[in-house]
Amino acid sequence: MMGFLPYLVAAWLLLVGLYGVVTSRNLVHAITCLSVAQSSTYILLLSVGFERGGTAPIFLDVPVGTKAVDPVVGALTLTDVVVGATVSALLLALAVQAYKHHGTLDPERLKPERD
Amino acid sequence: MSPRLRRRVFLAAAAVAGALLLWGLTGLPDYGVYVGPYGDVLNQVAVAERKATNVVASVTFDYRGVDTMGEEYILFAAVLGVAILLRAQRDEHEEPPDEDAADRRAPGTSNAVRVVGLALVGPVVLYGLYLVAHGHLTPGGGFQGGVVLATAALLVYLSGEYVTLRRVSPELVTDLAESTGAAGYVAIGLLGVAAGATFLTNVLPLGQPGALLSAGTIPLINMAIGLEVAGGFMLLISEFLEQTLVIRRPGEVT
Repeated sequence: MMGFLPYLVAAWLLLVGLYGVVTSRNLVHAITCLSVAQSSTYILLLSVGFERGGTAPIFLDVPVGTKAVDPVVGALTLTDVVVGATVSALLLALAVQAYKHHGTLDPERLKPERD
Repeated sequence: MSPRLRRRVFLAAAAVAGALLLWGLTGLPDYGVYVGPYGDVLNQVAVAERKATNVVASVTFDYRGVDTMGEEYILFAAVLGVAILLRAQRDEHEEPPDEDAADRRAPGTSNAVRVVGLALVGPVVLYGLYLVAHGHLTPGGGFQGGVVLATAALLVYLSGEYVTLRRVSPELVTDLAESTGAAGYVAIGLLGVAAGATFLTNVLPLGQPGALLSAGTIPLINMAIGLEVAGGFMLLISEFLEQTLVIRRPGEVT
């Protein structure tokens, strides 16, 4: 069971994040929920690459050959964290403009604008 | 679609997707048991091949360098999108930031925040530069260091006023940093082409593992990314602050 727990956490974060996006009544809340769903990928990637007893794949203080975790998933996660933050910023900027034009952040009350 | 119906549709879909997901995840090796060959191979050969002691850095900026360039351009495009979305719209105008609301006076920044904030600016800048410069040796690199550098700008805002922030991170400088970082990555990639190899080949002298000047193009790419990320995040910070502090729609109470 313990060998499966991190995968369960990843699946739970994805689903609960999507639930938040679908039922959200506030765009800022929806964007935060999307970040929650996205963070499930970090857990999944890092869990797949983890090796029990492995150190960080940095061989400055330890010799090459020391048991270490997978550097590839670490690299994927690292770029994703920063890029994800800027994409959230882009979505938040859209929310700012939506509020300016409609006076609300509730997706239910954001009706298409008529010309 | 009513919220209740939408919730039901989602729950039904999520049950199916969740079951499929769990079914797929049970096929993975147990947590803590690593089977894939790539990580082990890289951990064995990367230090000897690229002379960078941080294998994550040599994966990010060398073995998977083209992929990271794509990621960098996602970042660039997202920051560009924010700048376009949040520029002053036709019916908006800029007002000098005025802390005096119509009916209340915003409390001034306390001296404690001012002193601690300003005292932290120097160390934070130094720490950011350290992270960028040592990315190929120790944990860190352009992405992490760039975000730390941008935090310094936020500290200036916290301990001073918006006008001070604009003075220390003028748009021209942040724009230049961002675009130089973005173009720098490609320029470093073209070094490989100029040397007769493929794009993003690590053609510079590699040096010895653990030395500050080692790993060829990896520290240079780290600097390009550091510039890009620091410029991009500073731009994001000032764009959002500008929204709340400077840009007003007509008739809006300040």
